[in-house]
Amino acid sequence: MTSNREELPTPEAGSVGDVSPEIACFDTDLSLENGGKLPGFSLVYETYGTLNESRSNAVLICHALSGHHHAAGYGELNGNRTLGWWDNCIGPGKPIDTNRFFVIALNNIGGCHGSTGPTTMDQRTGKPYGPDFPQVTVKDWVHTQALFADHLHIDTFAAIIGGSLGGMQAMQWAIDYPARIRNALLIACAPSLSAQNIAFNKIARHAIETDRHFFDGRFLDASQNPADGLGTARMLGHVTYLSAEGMAEKFGEERGQSAEGDIRNVVREVTSYLQHNGKKFAGAFDANTYLLMTHALDQFAPARQFDNDLTEAFKQAMARFFVVSFSTDWRFSPERSREIVDALIAAGRDVSYAEVESISGHDSFLLPIKRYHDILSAYMSHIADELGS
Amino acid sequence: MKQTDDIIVELVNQSARVLDLGCGEGELLQRLADVKAVTGYGVERSQPRIKACLARGVNVVEHDINSGLDRFPTDSFDMVIMTETIQSINNPRTLVREMLRIGEECVVSFPNFAYWQCRNQLFWGGKMPVSSHLPHEWYNTPNIHLCTIDDFDRLCAEENIRVIARYVFNQRGRESLLVRAFRNFFGMTAFYRLGRPV
Repeated sequence: MTSNREELPTPEAGSVGDVSPEIACFDTDLSLENGGKLPGFSLVYETYGTLNESRSNAVLICHALSGHHHAAGYGELNGNRTLGWWDNCIGPGKPIDTNRFFVIALNNIGGCHGSTGPTTMDQRTGKPYGPDFPQVTVKDWVHTQALFADHLHIDTFAAIIGGSLGGMQAMQWAIDYPARIRNALLIACAPSLSAQNIAFNKIARHAIETDRHFFDGRFLDASQNPADGLGTARMLGHVTYLSAEGMAEKFGEERGQSAEGDIRNVVREVTSYLQHNGKKFAGAFDANTYLLMTHALDQFAPARQFDNDLTEAFKQAMARFFVVSFSTDWRFSPERSREIVDALIAAGRDVSYAEVESISGHDSFLLPIKRYHDILSAYMSHIADELGS
Repeated sequence: MKQTDDIIVELVNQSARVLDLGCGEGELLQRLADVKAVTGYGVERSQPRIKACLARGVNVVEHDINSGLDRFPTDSFDMVIMTETIQSINNPRTLVREMLRIGEECVVSFPNFAYWQCRNQLFWGGKMPVSSHLPHEWYNTPNIHLCTIDDFDRLCAEENIRVIARYVFNQRGRESLLVRAFRNFFGMTAFYRLGRPV
């Protein structure tokens, strides 16, 4: 669940500089977990750093709900020169150090930033897939990422890292491909969605599906965009990624209640902030992708295959785990991360856990919070030291 | 303390499951992993120490022991360790019970407050003891539950805890004859290996 950062801050430590995406094409049929099928697919990706001789220093970055392949440096996205969504964390000398690791970020299938998804032309009909794009799951993403790793001749990842929905992919990787992942970094993540999470996703989908420009998902055929619905979905999502404390600080709630302030200023600021955010997102994201991503989130439950026993699920894994949560994240709260940690300990897996103090809610995982970056650096440096890279 | 760490490394079984409460920078767990191939986890609340554990690849879970150990299931560890930490815990009695619920055995070490130098400072100096052994002033000490060896023996008796072994060291880290004869007077550090009531 990334939020598109608006400003383009100048990179702090080293930057990976200008980057351009590449595409990997797979022309064999892909069978999906829910029974659907894709006649081949392509993945758009970026890489930063250099793969070492033993091909052991690869790090895979898994993106969250609205993320994509452009994670670091400057690159073109939707026609604009954009700073990568996790540039504060990936680069030379940064926590995910591109001097030491070969970092790969891709756009998952079902996405809308260049990989095969609902906006892709369906060869059979000559029209975009739209609502006919088959529902994919976290397991499917992990499967396609493994095929992609084969394509790059990467047998084992030094680490697979993700926040939120991205962390779920890293978790699934450790369960499905135990021998191919040495470290799984699960940040602001959960072992499944809570009823409350699912409810928020339902409301978001409802907003999209009831937009009069949705046309049962065939809006592209009609040259329309359900922008109001998608914008509303985004506004709702965005508020759940923040915290009450964080919003109070951002919008000066305290100031609004003091003598010289005015609560009407707060109303105006919150309104314009949310509307701007929703509108910007609706202009750059595909509504069918949003539906698909939220469905994938709702369905995520790696324990299901193991009689709903998360410990059993983790007994499959061999990776070392690092779980990080944020104190004010109520979307995927620290308690959910502790569930992961408890199950990993019960399964006898290597795991470390830190709860980072932050007022920024779920969004914290994208922010350059000092302690967060410190512990990521410490953990990642140890991996690099072990690799001798 | 090196002596107590040495004993722990000696007594922990190969491939045991070990929980180290207040694991510090993870030195002991690293030794246990290297020498005994244990599956070990440290519990720590200090941010710099957590970072140090991460940097050396030791499993560490950020958790405040004072908030309880309910999340660790019964019988989930072979050995639960707490070295030089019990004196700073809110409720040591409950904690020792909890350690023996979670682990089959536990080891505890603590500074002996009845050590002759402590007695000296209190008796002749009339002030709270401060030494390399107990380096804090009364107003900033984390040690809110200091005890003596006799006190701890009494706790074990009251709780029906089985004392499997007890080692007492002087300031040189030795178990001298004097220490053996008058442990609550000449012992600076006490180390207990404890088991569940039989």
